[in-house]
Amino acid sequence: MPKPKINEIFDKLSSKPMVKYGVYLTAIIVFFALILLPPILGIIIKWNTMQEVLTEGEHIARTLNAIKNSFIVALLVSTVDILTGVPMAWLIARSKSKWLNVLDTLADIPFIVPTAVLGYSLLIFWSGTESVSSPFGEALISPGWLLVMLLHFVFSYPVVVRVIVGALLDYKMEYEQASRTLGAPPLTAARTVTFAIIKPSLIAAFILAFARSISETGATMMVAGVFYENGFSRAIFENGPVFIQNMKKDYENHLIGQSVYEGSVVFASFILIAVSCLIFAVIRILGPRLRLPVKKVWSPTERKLSYSKATSMRNSLTLLIFIIIVLIPSLFVALPAFEALFTDNFSRALSGTSGVSEVVIWGEFWHSLGLSYFLGAVVTVLNVIIGLPMAIIIARKKVGVLPSTVLNVLVDIPIIVPSVALGVSLKFFWKETLAFIPEIWLLIFAHLAITYPYFVRSVAAAVERIGLDLEEASRTLGAKPLVVFRTIILPLIKYSIFSGVIMVFTRSVSETGATLAVVSTLKTVPVVLVDWVNPKFPKLPATPLEIGLGCGFLILFSFVTLLVFRLVVRGRGRY
Amino acid sequence: MPDVRLVNITKKFGKIVAVDNVSLHIKDKEYFALLGPSGCGKTTLLRLIAGLIEPDKGEIYIGDRLVNNVPPEDRDIGFVFQTFALFPHMNAWDNVIYGPRVKGFNQKKTETIGNEVLEMVRLHERLDAFPRELSGGMMQRIAVARALAAGAKLLLLDEPLGQLDAKVRNELRYEIRKMTEDLNLTAIHVTHDQSEAMAISDRIAVMKKGKVVQVGTPNELYMNPKSLFVAHFIGESNFLEGYVSNVSDKRAIIELRRGIKVQVVNKNMKEGDRVILAIRPEAFLIEKETKKSKSSIIGVIEKVTFEGTNIRYEIRLENQDLIVSLKPSLTEEWFNIGEKVSVRFSPEKTNVFAYPDAGLKEEIAVE
Repeated sequence: MPKPKINEIFDKLSSKPMVKYGVYLTAIIVFFALILLPPILGIIIKWNTMQEVLTEGEHIARTLNAIKNSFIVALLVSTVDILTGVPMAWLIARSKSKWLNVLDTLADIPFIVPTAVLGYSLLIFWSGTESVSSPFGEALISPGWLLVMLLHFVFSYPVVVRVIVGALLDYKMEYEQASRTLGAPPLTAARTVTFAIIKPSLIAAFILAFARSISETGATMMVAGVFYENGFSRAIFENGPVFIQNMKKDYENHLIGQSVYEGSVVFASFILIAVSCLIFAVIRILGPRLRLPVKKVWSPTERKLSYSKATSMRNSLTLLIFIIIVLIPSLFVALPAFEALFTDNFSRALSGTSGVSEVVIWGEFWHSLGLSYFLGAVVTVLNVIIGLPMAIIIARKKVGVLPSTVLNVLVDIPIIVPSVALGVSLKFFWKETLAFIPEIWLLIFAHLAITYPYFVRSVAAAVERIGLDLEEASRTLGAKPLVVFRTIILPLIKYSIFSGVIMVFTRSVSETGATLAVVSTLKTVPVVLVDWVNPKFPKLPATPLEIGLGCGFLILFSFVTLLVFRLVVRGRGRY
Repeated sequence: MPDVRLVNITKKFGKIVAVDNVSLHIKDKEYFALLGPSGCGKTTLLRLIAGLIEPDKGEIYIGDRLVNNVPPEDRDIGFVFQTFALFPHMNAWDNVIYGPRVKGFNQKKTETIGNEVLEMVRLHERLDAFPRELSGGMMQRIAVARALAAGAKLLLLDEPLGQLDAKVRNELRYEIRKMTEDLNLTAIHVTHDQSEAMAISDRIAVMKKGKVVQVGTPNELYMNPKSLFVAHFIGESNFLEGYVSNVSDKRAIIELRRGIKVQVVNKNMKEGDRVILAIRPEAFLIEKETKKSKSSIIGVIEKVTFEGTNIRYEIRLENQDLIVSLKPSLTEEWFNIGEKVSVRFSPEKTNVFAYPDAGLKEEIAVE
């Protein structure tokens, strides 16, 4: 079949250096213009508003306390995630049991379940009256700092497990085997050889867990707890994102003026962004220099701990923590969801009418679900268009070694920056730049900024894995650069593109913090769920059955979407 | 000092039988090679001895100790990996002293052992370097030094020279052999390179598809292969098909294609048996056609290749069989392409095998 003429034109153009570099330059400009600079400029634009709050001691104290809570929770949770997630990853990667596949899938559940649903599930599991708390007559763990820590532990856990499983599966077993033949018992071999070699993955897992914890907003708001004082809502526990949302609520309820609101959120966002970037940089620079104690050997003790009895105990404890702290609480929402199917909540939900409680409007729920999916789709398409060239620039160092390395670092910044802070600064930037920008575009820009690094990372890693000799062979056979990309690179990275698409889509659907920060009228489905749990005073929360049913619908749609994506990917083969 | 006994060892991976009922006895202080094509099970067998995998059936003894359920760190072995497996996060020195360190030796003893083994492998520089900064030859010396420093008396080597270029390979093979002799070690060396195995081993086990087909000294394997596979895999052989046309007490007459008759030593043959003669290239005596005798076959030189030490002649015999003959290049008269020659071979240097049921191609296949 003859090639369409338009393809021939594009193919020929791709040979021209000006066209080639034009494409790369456009990708870089778009990255700076839409992803990196707006949040930074948004803070700078509103810099002077901070004056308003810097003089108010009580306000500053509250802000700094919230931010301090964010970082303490993130650091503690990330550390515990590593300590508990690594043994689980080891079990998954090394076990020969047939139940391994089941365990591998179950470990991903907190990843797949939208965080708002996760938050509610943990809330009713630990604090609800019909759960583990029922024998005690009161909440086993009330909303507050402990429940926030548990929540952050649960949703960061699969991130750590997944990264470490990947590292262990990629790891050459020969190193550990060599260590064993030299007399090292299994635990010594793991400590002195395996973990030392996969240290970069340990650091990456820690950073990702930290970033997830710092960013989390919607679910945190659910479990942070609220009490009402003189008609005002106050948080039992406030971290950075919760503080920013509470400032927004107070402003919308006319409890504080615009300048105090803007000053507070700008100040909090600035501190969150700056400290996050600093911690990120410190971990990235000092992490590789961190020496694990590989020269110290405690052979007799480590030999005893390597025996099957000790190993069985360790595995049992690992599984127990996973089942009791992670799995069951994550899925607990299935109970009210299932129960609601047999009540009139289900028929009300399907008909889109009002729910039993005044805060629930099922029509609004379906509308928000549609908005979430529409937003996810748009953001995914945009990511593919602008993220693909950037991934190639980074993987193949198309603009020189140093600039590509710098871009490689800059692309990760939106991951480490708390999404609510990102949302705040983006809103300020776009409102100042394009005053009448529709809210939907604010949402798109915010979600794009947050999801961009996930797509670029996934695809860049895939391109790096393709040997340069394949491209060179294609060029020597007469293929123009675009033909090389279309016929060689694209088929080999399509699975990673689909993986990136899945990550971007699910991340966007789950995103709450930035959504709450940038918009006032539009509501995505996680925002609706948060409102149902913590409605504006004097509205009362939705009933457990209504919230459970809403969560159930969201889980169902998430699983179906994931299944569709997986079927599409499987059908197209895998590299 | 350990000998190693394998008794009816079988190992399967799913439906694939990697090691099929193998029994071997490697003597104390012996340098023993496991030789065979890729996928024949030799590495699997070595890893079974090391304890890196467990057999499905059979027993493994190191010395008098049954080691079936003994983990590798307790088998007192040294293992040299094909890919070296040097710890990338440790420099050369730390790699070498890893074994003594994990065994709890004090610092002084550790350093003494480290220096001794490095002396043995003749590597004193670049001890601060990390594996990625070292050449292949250096990495291999470090890997061997590391295995020796652990103090084990049984050294297992899994294609230790496979990653090196030819010249380095040739030098190191003899050095490794000398080291094991000096230290009175028992060594088991896996390789697919038969010249390597022949050059340094006391005995060799030739493996094919999970089984041991022959065990013997290099000389025995080369001169008296017990199967067509060994005759083909070890060195080079010419194969001539024929039938036993006449037998006497010590001799048998084999009729090749087109009625050519040759004499071989009678080894329990019967008239009418279909056989294959395996003759080494250097066993042929080639002379000008004018010097032919009753037992010679006439042939025409089809190809001449100068290989340095030898000249390789491809000769089309009068019955259309093609043979290869190797002659030393410095001592023999040369023949030219197209020249008619007389070819003879000694019955004592001819190995005779029954024609295999599966066919010659299948019998000598390496995969």
